[in-house]
Amino acid sequence: MKAAIVVFPGTNRERDMAIALRGVTGQAPTMVWHRDTALPAGVDLVVLPGGFSYGDYLRCGAMAAHAPIMAAIREFAAKGGHILGVCNGFQILTEAQLLPGALLRNASLRFLSQDCFLRVERDGTAFTRHWAKGDVFRTPMAHGDGNYIAGAETIRMLEETGRVAFRYVSETGHLDAGDARLNPNGSMNAIAGVFSENLRICGMMPHPEDLVDPLMGGVDGKPLFTGLVEAVVG
Amino acid sequence: MSARLSRPVDAELAREFGLTAEEYGNVLSIMGRTPTFTELGIFSVMWSEHCSYKSSRAHLKTLPTTAPWVIHGPGENAGVVDIGHGLAAIFKMESHNHPSFIEPYQGAATGVGGILRDVFTMGARPIANLNALRFGDPNNPQTRRIVDGVVRGVGGYGNCVGVPTVGGEVNFHPAYDGNPLVNAMTVGVARQDRIFLSAAAGIGNPVIYVGSKTGRDGIHGATMSSSEFDEDALAKRPTVQVGDPFVEKLLIEACLELMATDAIVAIQDMGAAGLTSSSVEMAGKGGVGIDLDLDNVPQRERGMTAYEMMLSESQERMLIVLRPDRTEQARAIFDKWELDFAVIGHLTDTGHIVIRHRGEVEADIPLAPLADQAPVYHRPTAPAQKPLPMEPIIDPVGTEQALLRLIGCPDLASRAWVYNQYDSTVGGQTVRRPGAADAAIVKVEDTQIGLALTTDCTPRYCRADARLGGAQAVAEAWRNITATGARPLAVTDNLNFGSPEKPEVMGQFVDAIAGMGEACRALDFPVVSGNVSLYNETRAPDGTSQSILPTPAIGGLGVLEDVRKAVGLEMPEGCDVMLLGETKGQLGQSIWLREILGAQDGAPPTLDLAAERRNGDFVRGLILDGTVIACHDVADGGVLVAVAEMVMAGQAGCVLDAPQSGMRPEAFWFGEDQSRYIVAVRDGAALATLAGKAGVPCRRLGHSAGGGLTLPNGSTISKARLCAVHSEFFPRLMDR
Repeated sequence: MKAAIVVFPGTNRERDMAIALRGVTGQAPTMVWHRDTALPAGVDLVVLPGGFSYGDYLRCGAMAAHAPIMAAIREFAAKGGHILGVCNGFQILTEAQLLPGALLRNASLRFLSQDCFLRVERDGTAFTRHWAKGDVFRTPMAHGDGNYIAGAETIRMLEETGRVAFRYVSETGHLDAGDARLNPNGSMNAIAGVFSENLRICGMMPHPEDLVDPLMGGVDGKPLFTGLVEAVVG
Repeated sequence: MSARLSRPVDAELAREFGLTAEEYGNVLSIMGRTPTFTELGIFSVMWSEHCSYKSSRAHLKTLPTTAPWVIHGPGENAGVVDIGHGLAAIFKMESHNHPSFIEPYQGAATGVGGILRDVFTMGARPIANLNALRFGDPNNPQTRRIVDGVVRGVGGYGNCVGVPTVGGEVNFHPAYDGNPLVNAMTVGVARQDRIFLSAAAGIGNPVIYVGSKTGRDGIHGATMSSSEFDEDALAKRPTVQVGDPFVEKLLIEACLELMATDAIVAIQDMGAAGLTSSSVEMAGKGGVGIDLDLDNVPQRERGMTAYEMMLSESQERMLIVLRPDRTEQARAIFDKWELDFAVIGHLTDTGHIVIRHRGEVEADIPLAPLADQAPVYHRPTAPAQKPLPMEPIIDPVGTEQALLRLIGCPDLASRAWVYNQYDSTVGGQTVRRPGAADAAIVKVEDTQIGLALTTDCTPRYCRADARLGGAQAVAEAWRNITATGARPLAVTDNLNFGSPEKPEVMGQFVDAIAGMGEACRALDFPVVSGNVSLYNETRAPDGTSQSILPTPAIGGLGVLEDVRKAVGLEMPEGCDVMLLGETKGQLGQSIWLREILGAQDGAPPTLDLAAERRNGDFVRGLILDGTVIACHDVADGGVLVAVAEMVMAGQAGCVLDAPQSGMRPEAFWFGEDQSRYIVAVRDGAALATLAGKAGVPCRRLGHSAGGGLTLPNGSTISKARLCAVHSEFFPRLMDR
């Protein structure tokens, strides 16, 4: 698999993502600078990693969505390319309108850095093929603005068309969007990640890339990456 | 010389700038004339307590600073130690106390920013942040505001720059009501053959300014940090700097990119006293002169004077001496990162710093006497008041109630509310997150090396006996690192005290350093960097002033050659739970005494440094050979609190035996005797045999089983109950 990681000024989880991808592909992904205007030839996965692009000034992801590289990323998306956006990457994808919805301040109005549990809401996609629907996995989260919101129409559409990728739940898979212990940032319907219409773009707030090594406390995040490699290369 | 002086320079102005009459006399004799306004400003900041260490320098020299693994000790921007495989760990801790009271968010944020720069200026990529925080009485209405701002500030900066915040400590005491302590520590890693120093060299070489523009913020911040607070403290808000972590992140990446070339001769961040201290120190260390033309300094505001630019503490700025002909290569890198880059001067052979602005010479000072004739004071000391002897003890509540009160009290309650606001996983190398082990463990990327990191100090011990307290802080840092299996290498110290002009405070300072030195020598744990923060006092309207508790915070660093061997608090089922080290039942200055009897009496627990070393070396060996599966040192709150913490950290509970110690239960369970560890092993009897041979006291406490903590009387406290009590304090204080 040939993966590219897009680096904006203020991106800070590009190395975590590179380690996770290298761990499953054996190949170092290419780092793409925000001022570049083309993706490397033959790329089959583009990742927008976490961080504070442009210092989160104006709005998280708002300025990055207009960076020079984004035209090439839109083109890649239009051709059906696979794109993963994590944390700030998810925020950028919503600001670029490649994914629906928006991410508001956490309901607690505080930055939250803790483990959370995600339930897989749709399996069989490039991002979830190594899980079964209903599987629960642990993953770190670390963000101040992860409170997913969208208009009622959009939420209904996402739910009805199976475009909710992950939800925040209890360790045993129990869902209660109104419980701040289970849905820590207050997201609507406890949505932690969503898919594009063609299921080739996925955005999520938590960081599966930081839980791919038993040394760091577990490998719960790894199926996302092994599945992606299989789907994209296969 | 410039005629644009806002006031004539005289003894009165010098006094307002913080110089004594004698110091001003020295300025006159060095200059041979009346200094200009800008020159007086430069002398006053360079000779401030903050920059000159004039009250502390003579005493700091007594600390041990060398070991075979020390590459650079004090005197550089941060300490540097060998961690193997051609790599070095670079680390330092620094205070931002005064700004954090005036403006908690920015004070704490810029504290983190400043210490990060001290580390990456030496060529290291920062891989971990820690912070040691002391706040006032939780019942004081100001405390909540300060905790909130400081925690948001630490997180706001550290999270954005993408350096994980992995550890630290938080204490509360009324002595910090008007003067909280914010001590920030950064650890970075560099190749040993790519470490950058600050001594300028090469006559004619260009002097480069990079980073943020200079504004009027933080002018005279160093002087502000060198005096006591009065009732007008909050009116000093304009002296507090404002940080921009986004620019810092760009600055880290740009500097590291430039450092991968061979363009740099010397580099230093602009910290306290900004352009003044960086240019004076770089040229002074190199034995060269420096000419600066301030017209070329990137400026955020119009009409800034030379004085304002030289004393501004605007954040996220660095000064670099480049090799000739490398200016354009360097400029291209800073352009890429969209940071200001300006050639603002060059090195000379005059031995003077010459400041030009708008065609006029605003300052011309010989560097050697500015450094060499900086004042050094041997201030008088007086013995501190001894604590009252302990009254005979009657335990009014019993073991179970005491445990629950202790694990819920402000100094022992869960810090999750705090550290859950800090990104502890960014970088993907955090092996043990906050709370999971006695020291945080961070792996060095692309190696199997682990660094064990901790900050420690027990201020109540220091107040009762500063010498013992200083030694205990070092020993506890050493113990916390040891309890993970790491080999302790070196410390950075952050010495927070009251006014050195009070003989009893100066006495505490001198005693604490003596104790630290003893412990550092006994444990082969030298001091490689540090910072002194004096004048931590709050003056009441009636004119009296209260000193903080003496707080020599120690930041410790240790190394694991194979990070996979690190252990934490979490015990599996089916282990023998053993206590190593001697238990005497000392309750003086203990948390139990304070929380249960409301007393702060007695001598703190004794510290036998030979036993400390013997016990620690024994435990570390057993961790590395796999015998010890979980380990926790016994600290605040004593044995039972430590066992409860191990139960809360993992899945397995613990069933305790009756101790048969011959001492009263509260003394056994809550005494704070030093140099002890609780370990989980598969075969307690075998451990006892090994311990006997090593001369390490060893006794069985119980075994790991079940889902709670079963006391010797058979009563079980569930893990859920322990956790609930433990995690109540912070949300109750902060989220109401």
